[in-house]
Amino acid sequence: MTTIENQTTATEPRDDDAPRPIDRPSLAHRLTGSIVPPLVLGAFVLLGWYGVSYLLLDPKRRFLLKPPHEVLQQGFLEWSTFSEMLSGLWSSTKVAMIGLVIAIAIGFVLATIMSQARTIERAVFPYMVTLQAIPILAIVPLISFWWGTGQRSRVIVCVIIALFPIIVNTLFGLQSAERGMHDLFTLHHASRVTRLRKLMFPAALPAIFAGLRISAGLSVIGAIVGDFFFGRGDVGIGQLLRRYSSQLMGEELLAAVIMSSALGVTVFLTFGWIQNVAIGKWHETSGGRL
Amino acid sequence: MTAVENHAGSNVRAGAALSFDRTQMVFPDGTEAVREVSFSVERGEFVTIVGPSGCGKSTLLKIASGLLEPTGGSVAVDRDRLGYVFQDATLLPWRTVLGNVELLAELHGIEKSERRRLALDAIDTVGLSGFVDHYPRSLSGGMRMRASLARTLTLKPPVFLFDEPFGAVDEITREHLNEETQRLFQQEGFAGLFITHSISEAVFMSTRVLVMSARPGRIVAEYEVPFDYPRIPELRFDPEFGRLSGEISHALRGSHS
Repeated sequence: MTTIENQTTATEPRDDDAPRPIDRPSLAHRLTGSIVPPLVLGAFVLLGWYGVSYLLLDPKRRFLLKPPHEVLQQGFLEWSTFSEMLSGLWSSTKVAMIGLVIAIAIGFVLATIMSQARTIERAVFPYMVTLQAIPILAIVPLISFWWGTGQRSRVIVCVIIALFPIIVNTLFGLQSAERGMHDLFTLHHASRVTRLRKLMFPAALPAIFAGLRISAGLSVIGAIVGDFFFGRGDVGIGQLLRRYSSQLMGEELLAAVIMSSALGVTVFLTFGWIQNVAIGKWHETSGGRL
Repeated sequence: MTAVENHAGSNVRAGAALSFDRTQMVFPDGTEAVREVSFSVERGEFVTIVGPSGCGKSTLLKIASGLLEPTGGSVAVDRDRLGYVFQDATLLPWRTVLGNVELLAELHGIEKSERRRLALDAIDTVGLSGFVDHYPRSLSGGMRMRASLARTLTLKPPVFLFDEPFGAVDEITREHLNEETQRLFQQEGFAGLFITHSISEAVFMSTRVLVMSARPGRIVAEYEVPFDYPRIPELRFDPEFGRLSGEISHALRGSHS
């Protein structure tokens, strides 16, 4: 009798399988592993670029691809050009973010409604796919026809392009909670709202963040495409790209392309970082990696 | 053996915490999972059902808990604070051990400081005190199961259903968990219904072992387990333990053919 008492009052878990440590490679190891290889490749790309500019193109056609240092000089170190691009980028970023926020709001509400009733999901889904299948370039003229070429139309382009991944991922996420967990909530008489709030929504977060990263990137593309085609109002990076290309400003054009790409990367990393902060503690996949 | 196949008179005892009365379950696809099952579990009883895989053991628990509606017969149990431990730990990955253990009290609308106290108590009982702030992904399988047990304990359930909870952990961990489960049973005095296909687990913890036949599941044999509580690990090497296990094993084989 007493032996049992002694044994069972112990508070140490007696499992032989100890808690599993989460692997984290050392910083130095990560640096050599993930930073050196892309740097080496980047150096080769620059070398190839010089090769094309100086060896492949004769001087008369060199304007097609100016060497890297001239792009740097004209595009990035010339303040008037650079500040023009920065304000263009900022304008496009604003459009993209407003579009994204609207897409998130619509997407969440739609996905939540769809998750609550199979019939609604079945009714809405084919139209979502159809909407997604329209190439964005085909819908741009229609948008300018209806809403003109202002800021609002650019935002609408962003919403349309960013909506689908949010809906699909949110819906998939809301449906991803395990059967056993649903049983648990059923057993304890959880209401629909409680189930949504305490089970389905948290379970959906990893998928929601995955969708958000895709949509954020698409929204940036939408903002640039809209600006490029509408070509009026606030000067965004899209209008700059068009002007540089029509005026054969090779260095500035390349610089603007690089800046647009940098914007996309920044957005991707930012949302990865937000994901890590929000769910990194309990979810395996880490965001924010390129 | 009691008259478990006595259809005419109900052998359900009055005042039982949980009783099945000629319960039957036929699924829509025509599979007959459970046929005419009648037995009851009283407070202070720990009944284990052993049976071959797929014989409808788990179905019985789903019926008892109301997750499934039986197609025939009835089941009587108070479902207000029913304890149910699943095959998987079913912990919410976004909650810490503490958050997970607090969940049921939260769903039952118990006030915050009270549910914190209940949870910490339960966590202490299962020996996870040092892991309150851990997320499930950093726990071992056995520890997750303990957290799952603790979660159910917070309700102080009068009826405790166990659906093969230790099937996925290794042998040694399972034996530890068995010892703790019988200690919890002794402490809390609930009416326990445990599902397993491990005979030694059944004999070690139970006051009574029921043997279920292959599909359609019926209760084909019943054994009283004579050992006193608390039960010590060495009980497993007792000749009487071995003899009883052998008999149950024999009945189980008989039920297969």
